[in-house]
Amino acid sequence: MLLSELKEGQSATVVRIGGESLLRRRILEMGILRGAEVRVEKYAPLKDPMELIVKGYHISLRVEEAGHILVDNVR
Amino acid sequence: MPIKCLVIALAGNPNAGKTTVFNNLTGTRQKVGNWPGVTVEKKEGHVSRNGYDLTIVDLPGTYSLTPFSIEEVVARNYLLDERPDVVIDIIDASNLERSLYLATQIRELDCKVLFALNMADIAGSRGTKIDAPKLSELLDVPVVFTVGNRKEGMDDLLQQAIELAESATPAARTRQVKYSHDIEEAIGRLQEFMEMKAGGMPYDTRWMAIKLLEDDKIVKERLVAAAPETGRQILQAAQALRTHLTQRFDEDPQIVMTDERYGFIAGIIREVQSATVQQRVDISRNIDLVLTHRLFGFPIFVFFIWAMFQLTFTLGEYPVQWIGAGVDGLSGAVGAALPEGILRSLLVDGVVAGVGSVIKFLPNILVLFFCIALFEDTGYMARSAFLMDRIMHLIGLHGKSFIPMLMGFGCNVPAIMAARTLESEKDRILTILITPFMSCSAKLPVYVILAGAFFGAQAGTVIFGIYLLGVVLSIVTGRIFRSTLLKGADAPFVMELPPYRMPMAKSLLIHMWDRSKLFLQKMGKVILVGSIVIWSLSNFPRDVATSRDYAAEIARVTATADSQKATADGSERRRIEEQAAQAVSDLRREQMAEQTRQSYIGRIGRFVAPIFAPLGIDWQGGVALLSGFVAKEIVVSTLGVLHAAGESDEEGALGKALIAAGMTPLSALSMMVFVLLYLPCLATTAAIRRETSTRWMVFSIGYSTAVAWGMAFVVYQGGRLFGFS
Repeated sequence: MLLSELKEGQSATVVRIGGESLLRRRILEMGILRGAEVRVEKYAPLKDPMELIVKGYHISLRVEEAGHILVDNVR
Repeated sequence: MPIKCLVIALAGNPNAGKTTVFNNLTGTRQKVGNWPGVTVEKKEGHVSRNGYDLTIVDLPGTYSLTPFSIEEVVARNYLLDERPDVVIDIIDASNLERSLYLATQIRELDCKVLFALNMADIAGSRGTKIDAPKLSELLDVPVVFTVGNRKEGMDDLLQQAIELAESATPAARTRQVKYSHDIEEAIGRLQEFMEMKAGGMPYDTRWMAIKLLEDDKIVKERLVAAAPETGRQILQAAQALRTHLTQRFDEDPQIVMTDERYGFIAGIIREVQSATVQQRVDISRNIDLVLTHRLFGFPIFVFFIWAMFQLTFTLGEYPVQWIGAGVDGLSGAVGAALPEGILRSLLVDGVVAGVGSVIKFLPNILVLFFCIALFEDTGYMARSAFLMDRIMHLIGLHGKSFIPMLMGFGCNVPAIMAARTLESEKDRILTILITPFMSCSAKLPVYVILAGAFFGAQAGTVIFGIYLLGVVLSIVTGRIFRSTLLKGADAPFVMELPPYRMPMAKSLLIHMWDRSKLFLQKMGKVILVGSIVIWSLSNFPRDVATSRDYAAEIARVTATADSQKATADGSERRRIEEQAAQAVSDLRREQMAEQTRQSYIGRIGRFVAPIFAPLGIDWQGGVALLSGFVAKEIVVSTLGVLHAAGESDEEGALGKALIAAGMTPLSALSMMVFVLLYLPCLATTAAIRRETSTRWMVFSIGYSTAVAWGMAFVVYQGGRLFGFS
């Protein structure tokens, strides 16, 4: 499942991060790595971007960018 | 004993409390400038301690040292090239894991590092305990606890920094990130190759090997620059190793290495941090439940923006009036002190009026920057970008571009300076290029007069249409430039939403004043020169042959009135005086109109008249537009002068004079469109140059004027095709 398909309040484990190298590295550097737990805190009022909680801090990502992140163990 | 000088650099993540620590360490003795060649703010401060003269340099806040963003390049180049004696890495204790990512990269740079574990109190209150001695031991780095907003630990920090700088031991290598076997082997081979091929490598070889495996463009360039022949051989070797690693891991080596750094950090975290907090259960999250709420988020945002506007342009208006009065007083005093003549005119109409017109903006700018500092320091700026990003992304911009663009409706100068909050340079340039299309408040008087005279009851609609045209063109421009001139991947919208914080008054004031000071310093010079040039153009040549001898006529009118007054009684005398005053001011106005017509600017106006002719704008309009370069308000007063119609006291008169001079509704519309779009005023131009470069300033002038001409042409000629006049 893609991170961008998660609903508000759902959590998941990151499996793989795709996309072009610059974006991918940026996402990794912010701590969204394979095995990291992410929680979708909310979507912006216009449904884009989205707010995530990773490693105890809040980060926002465009839905399109989150579409490169594969997750499983959704709960 | 001679005073010893040490340079201490502060590094750290954005929102880690770096600025607070910097303000605490240096107080108000700071120097704000820009890093060479880029518009990233550089802050420096001096402190004396234990016989040392310490220079503290605040590096841009970054999450990493990969050279992707301009801030990262600046921070890394500083550490590499300036080699500060000590680097203090400010670590946000409540975000230890991510903070350590930057920390490990700084460690790899092979410089003396000291950790300031900041805000450990907040982390503690959230149930996290950090074993600082253990952290210090694992990474072999001294660690100092600090609480920035309570000024705790500052003395200790400086003390430790001095000791570290004086210690002879080079930074230990053993406690750096150790990569997996394959990567370490590649690093080793590359290092060996470098040491064998070339002795004097610009930087530490292990670090260079790591960067070459990561395909770091800047390091590659510098290597080739330092040793062209062997450099290329080393690059080839690195490329071969990269290919090998890519096959081995089925992944780009730089991704693997990022992953492994975090793996190394995870190991440290397990040992030093007692409880990991999964979620932020705090006030901040509750505030966000309201401020970024699906339904209430936007109305609240609009309210804040409205409040900022109100404060900037109404609260700021009072001091503006005082300053205006002060400038008037000054010009009155100068006028009274000097005999009538060219020097007085230069000082009063040129220097004082020109510089005064810019100083006048200072209160607005102070208030605006205070509001922006408030947004930034509380953490709301990130939320506003979060709310607006969807809309701004349509133009190819970042959510943060919204505020500068909106400010443009007030005044372009602070708007362009507000673009500083954008991190990506491309976003910043693009925002600066399209902001002048937001019709600023100084253009409004021009629309009011033209639309009022030619469109009567529809004036409001026409003016609204003009504003709308500006917005539409900014969107079109944004999209075009995004896909041509400023191409390249959009900066990813990977943005931290930091916890809300109570802003500190001192930091707000420092922020506000620093930026305003820049405005005064740089604008002042440009405006001074610009005002003098425009003044000279409209006042020279002095001794032109006029069609009538105005001085003699004025003298005759006065003499006649005087002789009539002698025989008249009370009410009759007043009437004669009024008539005479009216006649004299009419004559003066006509004299001025004729002089302006013959001045250099008038000649230029008639010379460029053919350019304006296809737009339906006569030469008087052309001159008015040229003089509007100083400030858009001047367009109206110049029109008044040229049509000898007096100024704002009789607006209707100017409208009538324009109609009499043959202006039609269509040419009025064409002129309004031109005023909306053409070259930004002097102060804005200076701001653009200050925030970008001379090249972008010239481009902005050329582009906006070309668009203005094109659009006005379309309006006028298109209108005529459809039979309007």
